[in-house]
Amino acid sequence: MERESLSDQTLWMLAVRDNRCKVAFGRLFDYFAPRLKGVVCRSGMPPSQAEEVVQDVMLTVWRKAAMFDPERAQVSAWIYQIARNRQIDVIRKERRPIPEELKLPEETQEDAAQILALDQETSKLRAALARLKPAQREMVEKAYLGELTHADIREQTGLPLGTIKSRIRLGLERLRHELKEQGLS
Amino acid sequence: MTGVRHHIPDPLLVAYASGNLPYAYSLVVATHLSMCDSCRTRLSAHQAVGGSVLEACGTRDLSNDLRDRVFAELDEPYEEAPQFTRSGIFPAPVMQALGGLPPKWKPLGMGVRQSILSHDNGGSVRLLYIPSGQAVPDHGHNGLELTLVLQGAFRDETGRFGVGDLEVADDDLEHTPIAEEGETCICLAATDAALRFRSLVPRLLQPIFRI
Ligand SMILES: [Zn+2]
Ligand SMILES: [Zn+2]
Repeated sequence: MERESLSDQTLWMLAVRDNRCKVAFGRLFDYFAPRLKGVVCRSGMPPSQAEEVVQDVMLTVWRKAAMFDPERAQVSAWIYQIARNRQIDVIRKERRPIPEELKLPEETQEDAAQILALDQETSKLRAALARLKPAQREMVEKAYLGELTHADIREQTGLPLGTIKSRIRLGLERLRHELKEQGLS
Repeated sequence: MTGVRHHIPDPLLVAYASGNLPYAYSLVVATHLSMCDSCRTRLSAHQAVGGSVLEACGTRDLSNDLRDRVFAELDEPYEEAPQFTRSGIFPAPVMQALGGLPPKWKPLGMGVRQSILSHDNGGSVRLLYIPSGQAVPDHGHNGLELTLVLQGAFRDETGRFGVGDLEVADDDLEHTPIAEEGETCICLAATDAALRFRSLVPRLLQPIFRI
């Protein structure tokens, strides 16, 4: 795989997944843990409890690394979902319903171009988020950090989700195909 | 799954991704996502936005020992939460709600049966078993009702709903879903408040059956 052009976060995550590399995990921790604490505290959770969630999330990243599929999700998206799940579990003391997992097939050659394309779409998305007017950006943050009810959320965010959707769809189709080939589906 | 025509609206999908849906609705959304690649793709796109928000939202200083505490646990054994898998027409999230057991059906009259999966202040979620040709009594909604077809099909004033289709009904909809001829229709339905049935008998039965 031509790995030079991938983002640092993706490279660290792949090193954790494929080589159980603790140095790379440390980098992921240093990058994501303070951000995770930021968003968890925003919900009003006391700092000590927030750190428990952060600890849980980072341990899940380490333990479930095999589930990380860079053709379908960027690292930040993957960690975001783990964090939301953990936070809800802690607040509501219940296991949050999650969709059926699609097991990654063993030994499949990943498509570097697809991974890179998803990486690039994600950085475009981040740039678009940064360009939003403050009020609009505030609404997006609130919606995605669970501070708005579904009735308050309006679909129009001004964010370019079209191309990222087609990249994700490609990754999903490829995975389904692999699973079928190997009789796992 | 192909052929799904009624999907999860974006506001619901975002509320689900952000963890801001009560349990009853989350269960229906997670179940539809287990049956529908198109919504799974859209969810992933929303998760990408969530990830970008996470990256851009700023940082908070950590306690000095948090990093060490996490590293100390990396090689420790841990207990995995039990994993549920699809069984027949019931995708994994439903099997989890059923605790891995088959549904316990309770008769509601006219051959209709239900199996309540969860019932609390946040809403209730149940499986409904509707014999072909049978109607679910005409009712209005005090809040949001999500109905997902797992087997068979039903029709109401708004259209036809087959396997994988999700009907989103709110306060202004009064409808009479009727199971199509053929297979028994089995649905997963979530409501956030007691439904108001219009005909007298179901209303009398309501407290007993918790609809
Ligand atoms: Zn769908
Ligand atoms: Zn209804």
